[in-house]
Amino acid sequence: MNWGDAILRWGHFLAGIMWIGLLYYFNFVNVDAVKAATAAGEAAPIGKYVVPRALFYFRWAAVATWVFGAGLLSTLPGPNGGGGFLGAFLLQGSLVPIGIGAWLGTIMLLNVWGLIWPNQKRILGIVPASEEEKAKARRVAFLASRTNTMLSIPMLFFMATGFHHQDGIYNLFQH
Amino acid sequence: MKNPLDSLWGTVICGFILTVALYFLAAALMSHGVPAGGT
Repeated sequence: MNWGDAILRWGHFLAGIMWIGLLYYFNFVNVDAVKAATAAGEAAPIGKYVVPRALFYFRWAAVATWVFGAGLLSTLPGPNGGGGFLGAFLLQGSLVPIGIGAWLGTIMLLNVWGLIWPNQKRILGIVPASEEEKAKARRVAFLASRTNTMLSIPMLFFMATGFHHQDGIYNLFQH
Repeated sequence: MKNPLDSLWGTVICGFILTVALYFLAAALMSHGVPAGGT
C-alpha cells in the first residue's frame, strides 16, 4: 500500500463513520427522542439546534465517503484490463463483492441528496411548505432514512469483505 | 400489511435478509464471472 492508497482509505473510513454514525443517530436515537419530546411539548429545540447541524455533517460526509471510495476503487486493477472503478460498478470478476457495496453506497448517497435533504428542508422551514406538504415530507424523509439504515447493513458487509483480500474473498463467496 | 421500515428492528431484520440475498447473488455472479486476476 502506498501513501495515496492509505490516505484514500483513511479518508473513506473517517467520512464513512461520520455518515453512517449520524444515520444511526437519526434512526436509533432521534426518531424516538423527537416522539417523546413532542409528547412533552419540547421538540422545537431539537429541530432548531440539533437536526440542522447533524444534517450538515451527514450530507457532506456522504459525499466525502463516496469520493474517497471512488478514488480507492480507481486504484484497483479491473479484471478485464479496465479500471477498478468501472469493473466494480459493472460487477466484474473479483470486484463483484466490492461492486455490490459500491452500488449500495451510491444508492444511499442518492437517497440522501435526492430524498432526505430536500424533504428535510421543507420540514425545517428552509423551504416554505404548507402543513400538509410538511406531513408528506416527514413521511418520505423517514422512509428514505429507514431505507438507508436497511441498506447500510449489506453495504457494510460487502465493504468489509470485498475490498482488501482479493485472494481470500473466493473462500467466502465460492462454494 | 404493516411496512417493516416503520419499526427499527423490522428495518434491521430486513437489512440482514437483504445481506443474505445479496451474498448468494455475489456468489452466483462470481462463479460465472472472470476468475481473480484473470483477463
